[in-house]
Amino acid sequence: MPFGNTHNNFKLNYKVEDEYPDLSKHNNHMAKVLTKEMYGKIRDRQTPSGYTVDDVIQTGIDNPGHPFIMTVGCVAGDEESYEVFKELLDPVISDRHNGYKPTDKHKTDLNFENLKGGDDLDPNYVLSSRVRTGRSIKGFTLPPHNSRGERRAIEKLSVEALTSLDGEFKGKYYPLKSMTDAEQEQLINDHFLFDKPVSPLLTCAGMARDWPDGRGIMHNDNKTFLVWVNEEDHLRVISMQQGGNMREVFKRFCVGLQKIEEIFKKHNHGFMWNEHLGYILTCPSNLGTGLRGGVHVKLPKLSTHAKFDEILTRLRLQKRGTGGVDTASVGGVFDISNADRLGSSEVAQVQLVVDGVKLMVEMEKKLEKGEAIDSMIPAQK
Amino acid sequence: MPFGNTHNKLKMNYSSEQEYPDLSQHNNHMAKVLTPEMYNNLRDKETPSGFTLDDLIQTGVDNPGHPFIMTVGCVAGDEETYEVFKELLDPVIEDRHGGYKPSDKHKTDMNNDNLQGGDDLDPDYVLSSRVRTGRSIRGFCLPPHCSRGERRAIENLSLESLDMLDGDLKGKYFALKNMTEEEQQQLIDDHFLFDKPVSPLLLASGMARDWPDGRGIWHNDNKTFLVWVNEEDHLRVISMQKGGNMKEVFNRFCTGLTKIEGLFKERGHEFMWNEHLGYVLTCPSNLGTGLRAGVHVKLPNVSKHDKFGDILKRLRLQKRGTGGVDTAAVGGVFDISNADRLGFSEVELVQMVVDGVNLLVDMEKHLEAGESIDDIIPEQK
Repeated sequence: MPFGNTHNNFKLNYKVEDEYPDLSKHNNHMAKVLTKEMYGKIRDRQTPSGYTVDDVIQTGIDNPGHPFIMTVGCVAGDEESYEVFKELLDPVISDRHNGYKPTDKHKTDLNFENLKGGDDLDPNYVLSSRVRTGRSIKGFTLPPHNSRGERRAIEKLSVEALTSLDGEFKGKYYPLKSMTDAEQEQLINDHFLFDKPVSPLLTCAGMARDWPDGRGIMHNDNKTFLVWVNEEDHLRVISMQQGGNMREVFKRFCVGLQKIEEIFKKHNHGFMWNEHLGYILTCPSNLGTGLRGGVHVKLPKLSTHAKFDEILTRLRLQKRGTGGVDTASVGGVFDISNADRLGSSEVAQVQLVVDGVKLMVEMEKKLEKGEAIDSMIPAQK
Repeated sequence: MPFGNTHNKLKMNYSSEQEYPDLSQHNNHMAKVLTPEMYNNLRDKETPSGFTLDDLIQTGVDNPGHPFIMTVGCVAGDEETYEVFKELLDPVIEDRHGGYKPSDKHKTDMNNDNLQGGDDLDPDYVLSSRVRTGRSIRGFCLPPHCSRGERRAIENLSLESLDMLDGDLKGKYFALKNMTEEEQQQLIDDHFLFDKPVSPLLLASGMARDWPDGRGIWHNDNKTFLVWVNEEDHLRVISMQKGGNMKEVFNRFCTGLTKIEGLFKERGHEFMWNEHLGYVLTCPSNLGTGLRAGVHVKLPNVSKHDKFGDILKRLRLQKRGTGGVDTAAVGGVFDISNADRLGFSEVELVQMVVDGVNLLVDMEKHLEAGESIDDIIPEQK
């Protein structure tokens, strides 16, 4: 793979016009923003670890995108990427995160007590509740860029931290490369196992290198708290359970995350965070809270209502099929989650899910009885 | 993508043991040869363009291989790779190319007059004949490592040169990114069009970056001479036609290649070649002649004979299905070609194919007539 200091200097032997990518067929955030002038200006820069603009944009060049789905088209290789390549990443962030400005400040709130309600979403409709986020460990480069030594060091630190958790978080770590067949079968049945990425969006960014070295899964004995190590981010943290008690899910999420963060801090490796971008993750779409809080909920009638999508937009929610992003819903069951990541806090985003899902379940009940829902349609949040 | 000078220095903060890949599940030439000691000796080196050991081996780390198929597991990023990383590549070359030693000299012979016979392979059995090779243009990095500017420069140079061909070789270039629907359909019907690589062996080495920028196909008006630009190598040159006149195919191949080489030289560029490795290509398996000469031949009886595999080995030939490498034969029709690339000249390899196929067709006729072939089984060549 060619993108580093010396080869970067080598590329400077070619003019900007000769190196500037052909983005004429492209539809992603990077392609909308990266002009030839911008490329010319930032092409000789690199972060302290050697990440260059060509590294940032390779995935967006190799994956032109789709007329209707807007992908991000760029990734960070380390914390400094967001600073060194501000010219490119600030407008991408603004476009992706509802006009978020370079001067805006992001609020972090992981105090679960600030959440109102959320413990009584109707389990006849809400089948399961889940909150996930990502965390990057300060001082290491990110999955598109890190070496095997770095990735293993991240794994080692993570395993120490995670296996020292106790109480409801007590659990076990399963490295992908030494998993037994029985363990693998169990993790698949629990819907916990993650596979080697096949999406070219991810593989073109280099984050699948050396698979499965340094990758693994930790989960607690109760199977309600789960951490992925070295997949798309250093850590992905997931709290989940059957039923509609989102409050309990969010509490476990906040408490678990904070315990993990303390242990990392003791080893002088806090999480990457700043007051402008919040938590720093590999993909610019996950900046801020990196949080997706959602439910699997039965909405067979509401989902066929003419105003369903508009209701979701007003509630700042998005729908997915129950297989996750880009899947279709089955039997009227949808995955409903917050649409925002940056510019609002964790508590605020989970509140939107709790309030919004409650409203939609009420709408579903009305439609079941043959009543109209016109008076319940909410204002834009 | 992380492999360059600065990031190489960052990796030096980790010990060799921490960076050494886990090759315990691996079965490829690189994995057989790369010990921790060797990794330690080579890991801080780089070629003048910045290609490092980790760049070289990434494809072999990401693709453990198969118990029965021995892949190479490493690629070159430039001409100097074969020198800077001799310690690894010499034993890989030796293992792959029948014991070829670091002190051996490779003979190049593209004089068609030196081929004996070959113009009369029985067309009732030999359906088509084809010769292909690759060429790299000195002064540029190879497909795993080249930048967009370099790739485009290679394309321009190739275009200019191929455009000057005349007579039987006069033809036209079709850039992949500008192809019309009709042109594409025609090239598919002619079996000329190459696709974006999907094999993880190729993708993991970085050679599909920026697809389809800088890639294209040139062919002559007669559709018997074809050049691929910037696929797995800078150039892949193919001569082919229906029937069994391998001599004519080889003649066109040699004449065409010699003319192309002359045209490149006029523009101040030669092909990468040295007296030890012959023609230098991306994959170590294609060093020497880079030549695969073959036929599609009907051998329904011989192919079922229990000595078929042994006969091919003695003739220094290999079989493939008619879809190419790793495909199955259909209707008793096999692709039979030379197994060697390095340590034999072009003429010698094509001679083996001509003589070997003549013998196989003779055996097929014997078996059709119900006669035994025991006394025509050849010695080991």
